[in-house]
Amino acid sequence: MRQLVVLIFLVALFLTSCISKNTKEVPLGESMNTKVAKDISVDFPIYDFSGLEPLLNKKDDKTYIVNFWATWCKPCIEEVPDFEKTYAEQKDNNVEMFLVSLDMPSMWEKRLVPFVKEKNLKGEVVILDDPKMNEWIPKIDANWEGGIPATLIYNKEKRIFYSHGFTYEELNAELDKFLNK
Amino acid sequence: MKIIKTIGLFAIVFITMASIKNNELASGYDIGDIATDFSLKNVDGEMVSLSNYKDAKGFLIIFTCNTCPYAVAYEDRIILLDKKYKEMGVPVIAINPNNPDVKPGDSFDKMKIRAKEKRFTFPYLLDEGQKIYPQYGASKTPHIYLLEKTKKGNIVKYIGAIDDNYQDESKVEDKYVENAVDAMLAGEEIEVTKTRAIGCSIKV
Repeated sequence: MRQLVVLIFLVALFLTSCISKNTKEVPLGESMNTKVAKDISVDFPIYDFSGLEPLLNKKDDKTYIVNFWATWCKPCIEEVPDFEKTYAEQKDNNVEMFLVSLDMPSMWEKRLVPFVKEKNLKGEVVILDDPKMNEWIPKIDANWEGGIPATLIYNKEKRIFYSHGFTYEELNAELDKFLNK
Repeated sequence: MKIIKTIGLFAIVFITMASIKNNELASGYDIGDIATDFSLKNVDGEMVSLSNYKDAKGFLIIFTCNTCPYAVAYEDRIILLDKKYKEMGVPVIAINPNNPDVKPGDSFDKMKIRAKEKRFTFPYLLDEGQKIYPQYGASKTPHIYLLEKTKKGNIVKYIGAIDDNYQDESKVEDKYVENAVDAMLAGEEIEVTKTRAIGCSIKV
């Protein structure tokens, strides 16, 4: 009987922990025009995949957090402050962070630049502008379907790709696996 | 002893839970699987099922929504796909998989407005209760499943993106979906059966 109670409790715990991970979302009001000329001046580097690739394969002593996000992706911008917090705390532990924006060209000036400024982001923002997604997505991770948020954590010894969002605690727990050997 | 039993029970429960969770993650259709039919409400108020389409040769099931920039970027191309292939027996059936409670922009009323604005020529269904998209294994919008109607059921023939350039239709080099439908209708083998693209994770 007592075991049954424990079992029910555990099932309930499991279910609630699942539900609480679901991210709330508010509407993205703006529809967009994707056919904007690309001669826009933004201060961030704009890469195609071959330009981004070296940032995903550094062989120095640092651990890299590479977060794939966009300003139109609500769960992404919800987790950005947690990533920033972790980065601020772990920077001295030889941790670097890239925030790879998948915003469309029409959004760079209007949304991306103001967002980065407003949040005063310290992670290095780079833009990945490469429509040939079916070619580069599997090169980042063979099992990634292409949904964001997604994050790669790596150093010269270890590499894990996460096709889901993180809470602050989850991110630190994962990062610890790279820092404490 | 009792403690050991309890610990053992804990372990069993956790292992079972973990494996269930993993199975759920890995679930969803692969090429060659038989896709489920459904009965979902269309923006015109009618219920739509694949079995309603007596003369269809197949279906383009497109999980899409009002609010995802990638889905919006593909709207016109989805309309063109429907116009082209409906006549050939492969109509588009669009399904909004998002939970309107967490994504008010994808409510049934907003779907009606969007369908009217864009003059959708195809049904635009709400996956009420979010029962259908997990069976298909859709993870984001837009996410396309091409089905071929056979005596055994509706067989999954292609999963993925519409084409290889969301940004600029004029720069598209591979029209994945069109190639797949053309090959299917011609009775030929489909060369590219799975593709990937960035999209908006489905909101639960």
